[in-house]
Amino acid sequence: MLFLRFLEEEKLLDNQAKYAIEMRNVTKTFGSVVANHNVNLDLREGEILALLGENGSGKTTLMNMLSGIYFPDSGEIHVHGKEVSIRAPKDAFDLGIGMIHQHFKLVDVLTAAENIVLGLPGGVRINRKALSEKIREISSRYGFDIDPDKKVYNMSVSEKQTVEIIKVLYRGADILILDEPTAVLTPQETDKLFRILKAMKKDGKAIIIITHKMNEVLSVSDRVTILRKGEYIATVNTAEADKQSLTDMMVGHSVSLSIDRPVVEKKECRLSVRNLTCLSEDNVPAIRDVSFDAMGGEILGIAGIAGSGQKELCETLAGLYPAQPGSSIVFHRPEGGDEELVGHTAAELQKNGINISLAFVPEDRLGMGLVASLDMVDNLMLRTYRDHSGPFVDRKAAADVATRLVKELEIVIPGIHTPIRRLSGGNVQKVLLGREIEGNPHILVVAYPVRGLDINSSYTVYNLLNEQKKKGVSVIFIGEDLDVLMEISDHVMVLCGGEVSGIVDPRTTTKEEIGMMMVHVDNDRKENQA
Amino acid sequence: MDIVFNLLTAAVLAGTPLLLGTLGEILTEKSGNLNLGVEGMMFMGAIAGIAGSWFTEQWFSGGGFAAAFVGLITSFLAGCLGALIYAFLTITLRANQNVTGLTLTIFGTGFGNFFGELLGKKAGNFVAVTTETKNAFAGAMNFGPLSKIPVIGQLLFQYNWLVYLSIILAIAMAWFLNKTRTGLNLRAVGESPATADAAGINVTKYKYAATIIGGGICGIAGMYISMVTCSGVWVHNCVNGYGWLAVALVIFSTWSPSRALLCGLIFGGLKILRLYVSIPGVATQIYDMLPYIATILVLIITSIRQSKELAQPKSCGLNYFREDR
Repeated sequence: MLFLRFLEEEKLLDNQAKYAIEMRNVTKTFGSVVANHNVNLDLREGEILALLGENGSGKTTLMNMLSGIYFPDSGEIHVHGKEVSIRAPKDAFDLGIGMIHQHFKLVDVLTAAENIVLGLPGGVRINRKALSEKIREISSRYGFDIDPDKKVYNMSVSEKQTVEIIKVLYRGADILILDEPTAVLTPQETDKLFRILKAMKKDGKAIIIITHKMNEVLSVSDRVTILRKGEYIATVNTAEADKQSLTDMMVGHSVSLSIDRPVVEKKECRLSVRNLTCLSEDNVPAIRDVSFDAMGGEILGIAGIAGSGQKELCETLAGLYPAQPGSSIVFHRPEGGDEELVGHTAAELQKNGINISLAFVPEDRLGMGLVASLDMVDNLMLRTYRDHSGPFVDRKAAADVATRLVKELEIVIPGIHTPIRRLSGGNVQKVLLGREIEGNPHILVVAYPVRGLDINSSYTVYNLLNEQKKKGVSVIFIGEDLDVLMEISDHVMVLCGGEVSGIVDPRTTTKEEIGMMMVHVDNDRKENQA
Repeated sequence: MDIVFNLLTAAVLAGTPLLLGTLGEILTEKSGNLNLGVEGMMFMGAIAGIAGSWFTEQWFSGGGFAAAFVGLITSFLAGCLGALIYAFLTITLRANQNVTGLTLTIFGTGFGNFFGELLGKKAGNFVAVTTETKNAFAGAMNFGPLSKIPVIGQLLFQYNWLVYLSIILAIAMAWFLNKTRTGLNLRAVGESPATADAAGINVTKYKYAATIIGGGICGIAGMYISMVTCSGVWVHNCVNGYGWLAVALVIFSTWSPSRALLCGLIFGGLKILRLYVSIPGVATQIYDMLPYIATILVLIITSIRQSKELAQPKSCGLNYFREDR
């Protein structure tokens, strides 16, 4: 009897006191799209739970229901054993739930301290001295490094994230949700963040970290909850899981984790970039003295922290951004003859037939690449309509190309006359890549081609790039996932603060070495290579 | 020397409706609502002010300070009403802000002129308030010995009470936006409503409150035109572009109430320049063009200068919907 009672008490404790959050059969739909369907999730106090899933698997939607951004259609949420209804972000604060969003929710023109105190009750005036003091106290407890009076627009990404975390802690949150916190951090900053998370866990805080990076799941979490296509799959102890088993659960079927790197025998230099410098909008160098050669039949990966000059580099190559005097970009025609690209606009290059040779798949697909409200045919024609003479456009040819591309690239599209914005991210990317490849380029610049794509679409993109490479095209791949860059590229060029900190062979370099190169330029190393 | 003094004091008087309109629009834009209906709300305030005062006189026989006070209240409420229409359409129904603002201008202009004519008919050809009421508006405030100080007294202490009210309003608004918790929250709503929402700020409430109070201030600006500038007589199309100048002055003052003080003075001066300075051979029409030429120049200069701090609130002109994806 006594034993039974003991068991019952244990069970009661287990149910009530130990769980910070329990979500039961939570469903959320947006129109006809089911973002979450009967999802269950438990978060214990004093643990780090990883929420794992592909893009579009409903991780963020699920967490937004905890932070009060969305309200579930059905299902129950319990916080510390009590059933709650979270209707607005304020309700979430009152329950001690704080979410650090992937896209930081900070006001640029305010200081760190002002952002932290935003929306809090209190006297008419703000006691700035007491506020700064409390921020310093929180900072020293968990090991943050922050200046309360710094304006947010002067901050690095990592500093902004710190402000977000302190903001949540300042409000007394004991349940923290971090949405893809490492997406914009260097490996070193990631390590620092994980140390802080572990310190908070020791302090009794319950933490959920949303991610799709396997290594991080394994290194920081206690348990893993896996979602797939909005459905709850399983929760496992991290200690009993490995990369393969988690990937299998995440994607549903076993996918080969390795990306092909075919070897092309005949390589020719297609593009020689020398001392390329260009200024940012604020007249400081965005890229400085960048020199490299891009070979036909190779994929040149470009790695770097977000904002290290990748955008300016590819836009300069595409003729959209002015280069400073002294820079040189020489295009070597396959049939012989060199062409200097610096000093010509995109339109001039088009006239000389150069930008047919150089294709650019921008990062902002629907902003720079395609027109969202036009259909696939019209979007394809953006490249070619000028070739047709006469006052009318020739839709017929473009429609034929569209039909062929839909079949070849397995684009899921209601019809070739559907506005592009109605397609999913992966299919938008296929349309864009398809259009660029259709022009038979000699150089293909792709910026973050798999961002926002699920694993299957990503592999389709990798295969497309490899096919181009085998055809002798020089592919320049600007990426964010180091694992992918190191598997697909023949060379990796690392950018740091707009400078080249090295061009390495990924087969003989470790990820840590590249990570180090992303954060500082080693001049000795550069000289050795030169 | 006298010309300079006269010009300055006249500039203050002419700049006050501009200052009020600018302050109202600054408050509105700080909440992320770009209300282009300032002109319309000023018209509504102008007719409501004159109607409020006139009816008070008729019903309680006799004008004076009470009639002026009622005029102030009715013009404020009329401005609020105009802004409420705008707020409901853009905040609750999420209509396009530019189109709604322009429509409000057309509506307000018609509203003002229609009721102005109607009131004129009712009053027998034209509507005018009594001299007492007129003096209650336009008469200089008595600061006792202060007004008698040479130069300073003439420059600072001889205006009507609405001038001082708008200066106090500018200072109070600067203090509110920069020093208070509510002001900070309001700025956050205008800069990034998603951030404010996530921080637990009621975005809808802040947007409604700022837009409506801002509209009310624009309404008072309109009343200043009908009661002080036009001396309590309804003049057809009396607002005539002041509202648009105020919208431009918001940009010139870089969304700062304290800088709006100076901007109002400069543009007030430009408005009345032809009465005080005459260069032979320059047509009066050229003088009338000055405020608008200056506006174009100001807009060009401010768009060249890039600053993160002295810029329009980032989400100004955009409607906010929490579950937007």
